[in-house]
Amino acid sequence: MTVVYEKPQALNDMVMHYCPGCTHGIIHKLVAEVIDEMDIEGETIGIAPVGCAVMAYEYFKCDMIESPHGRAPALATGVKRSLPENFVFTYQGDGDLAAIGAAEIVHAATRGEKITVIFVNNAIYGMTGGQMAPTTLPGQITQTSPYGRNVETEGFPIHVCEMLSTLDGTAYAERVAVNSIPNIRKAKKAIRRAFEAQKNKEGFSIVEILSTCPTNWGLSPVDALGWLEENMIPYYPLGVYKDKSAEGNQEVK
Amino acid sequence: MTEKQAERVLMKGNEAMAEAAIQAGCRHFFGYPITPSTEIAAYMSKRMPKVGGTYLQAESEVAAINMVLGAAAAGVRVMTGSSSPGISLKSEGVSYLAGCDLPCVIINVQRGGPGLGGIQPSQADYWQATKAWGHGDFQILVYAPSTVQEMVNLMMEAFDKADEYRIPALMLVDGLLGQMMEPIAFPEKDLSTIPAKPWATNGHKHKREHNIVNSLCLKPDELEQQVIARFARYDIIKAKEAQAEEYLVDDADIVLVAFGATARTTRSAIDMAREKDIKAGMIRPITLWPFPEKVIQKAANTAQCFLSVEMSMGQMIDDIKLAINCTKPVHFYGRTGGMVPMPVDILGKIEELARGLK
Repeated sequence: MTVVYEKPQALNDMVMHYCPGCTHGIIHKLVAEVIDEMDIEGETIGIAPVGCAVMAYEYFKCDMIESPHGRAPALATGVKRSLPENFVFTYQGDGDLAAIGAAEIVHAATRGEKITVIFVNNAIYGMTGGQMAPTTLPGQITQTSPYGRNVETEGFPIHVCEMLSTLDGTAYAERVAVNSIPNIRKAKKAIRRAFEAQKNKEGFSIVEILSTCPTNWGLSPVDALGWLEENMIPYYPLGVYKDKSAEGNQEVK
Repeated sequence: MTEKQAERVLMKGNEAMAEAAIQAGCRHFFGYPITPSTEIAAYMSKRMPKVGGTYLQAESEVAAINMVLGAAAAGVRVMTGSSSPGISLKSEGVSYLAGCDLPCVIINVQRGGPGLGGIQPSQADYWQATKAWGHGDFQILVYAPSTVQEMVNLMMEAFDKADEYRIPALMLVDGLLGQMMEPIAFPEKDLSTIPAKPWATNGHKHKREHNIVNSLCLKPDELEQQVIARFARYDIIKAKEAQAEEYLVDDADIVLVAFGATARTTRSAIDMAREKDIKAGMIRPITLWPFPEKVIQKAANTAQCFLSVEMSMGQMIDDIKLAINCTKPVHFYGRTGGMVPMPVDILGKIEELARGLK
């Protein structure tokens, strides 16, 4: 019998708490598959965030640390500087990374910390029930932007990959999405490339993953995938924003 | 530990603590510049690369303490140092360190407050250090040296005790001790006694289950049990780790209680009082948490009153009253905002109290 598909070894065999249609599960699987393919589970330390993925420390089979809100890049720095030959990744949402942890992510990137950041951008605070995030789109209705995000008063969303790619310490930055099979395949390639950048000690690597939140967007899982494609991808273009190892820096558009 | 008297060197308090940390096996320092503690970071930035260690200047005090958290979770000896306003910023991380049962050492070179305050010596972070350095039920070890030599000795002890009990340890000093120079000798440190850390998140190498360093527990009954277990450990620490020095306490009518730099001027005041035939003595807490309650209780059997001398508006005085259950009067003399109580001023208070005794 030929095995054509199986659960990645780097994920524990347990029921995840994510809402139906949430794409965190897909992203967990992709990260775990990369860990399996590179055979680095025993050398990897993951940092879980505060947010929907707070329980990620239960799901990944590598050693895990649960971080204070937004501080995962600082924790990862402490781990990596102590264990420079190990692999260290953070798994962070948009509120965690781009709001309360904005200082930590920018400085980890500019220091060129040899860590890999999995940044899940679903344009909303999921765990607390759907409040405005730093990546909430202009006009998007959330619990704390009930009339739609007004850029005059709430300001503009942060383009994380664009911002971090300007920093010399960033070796690799790519934005992907998990709304379709081809995009999921591209997302996995990006995650693999980011871990390779860490392995080759190129510097800081980040993969921003556009993700859905059907529960707090108030959409069915299928409609949420469509909303992502129609609204998020035009505002947050997919592609490689920085790849130090490639010839020149590939720019999107 | 035996002190090598032949190798005495003259060092500033802040630098002596930094060197003691390195000799205690600490190879990771994460910090942020702030007066009057900056010599610690400057010394580490010079020394760490020469001993194969890491000095990293963080983007903030918040990041620095979280880098400490990461390194502590990875199982290495790690520390940070700061001063009062910076210490407040670290409070989130300290609560998480305590909740994750992680060992580390933190130095607070206290300055006057609140707010930005001043940059002169203070002891006004006593409450913060011993009672409320962050959210939730927790304690940390608090050491209060009063000489540069003791800063060295306690720094080394702090790393050992932090590892032994899996608890953060604080060196609570002040700008006066941090900036002063005294001749010191570094004890020979046996690093073979550093305990193994099987709980560390350092990569399982497929030889064990995955380790998780975590303070989240959503089930209230389980979280309660975790906290109760931690407090059982605190009880052991209280029974075994409280330290104090007694100076002329046995026959003292008036027992002064003072720690850190204040204990130095208090000692001089007591000598002056004795010359005037006033029976004064001093208890000098060396650990502030655990507070040396038993030594204070014993003194309450013979003393007629106590006098707490502090560089604050009076914070430790509460712990003295609690230790003796208010069975004797506890008076206060203190200066704050960066002012240091002088021996003659403390003597004045002693004389005032002596006049009121039978």
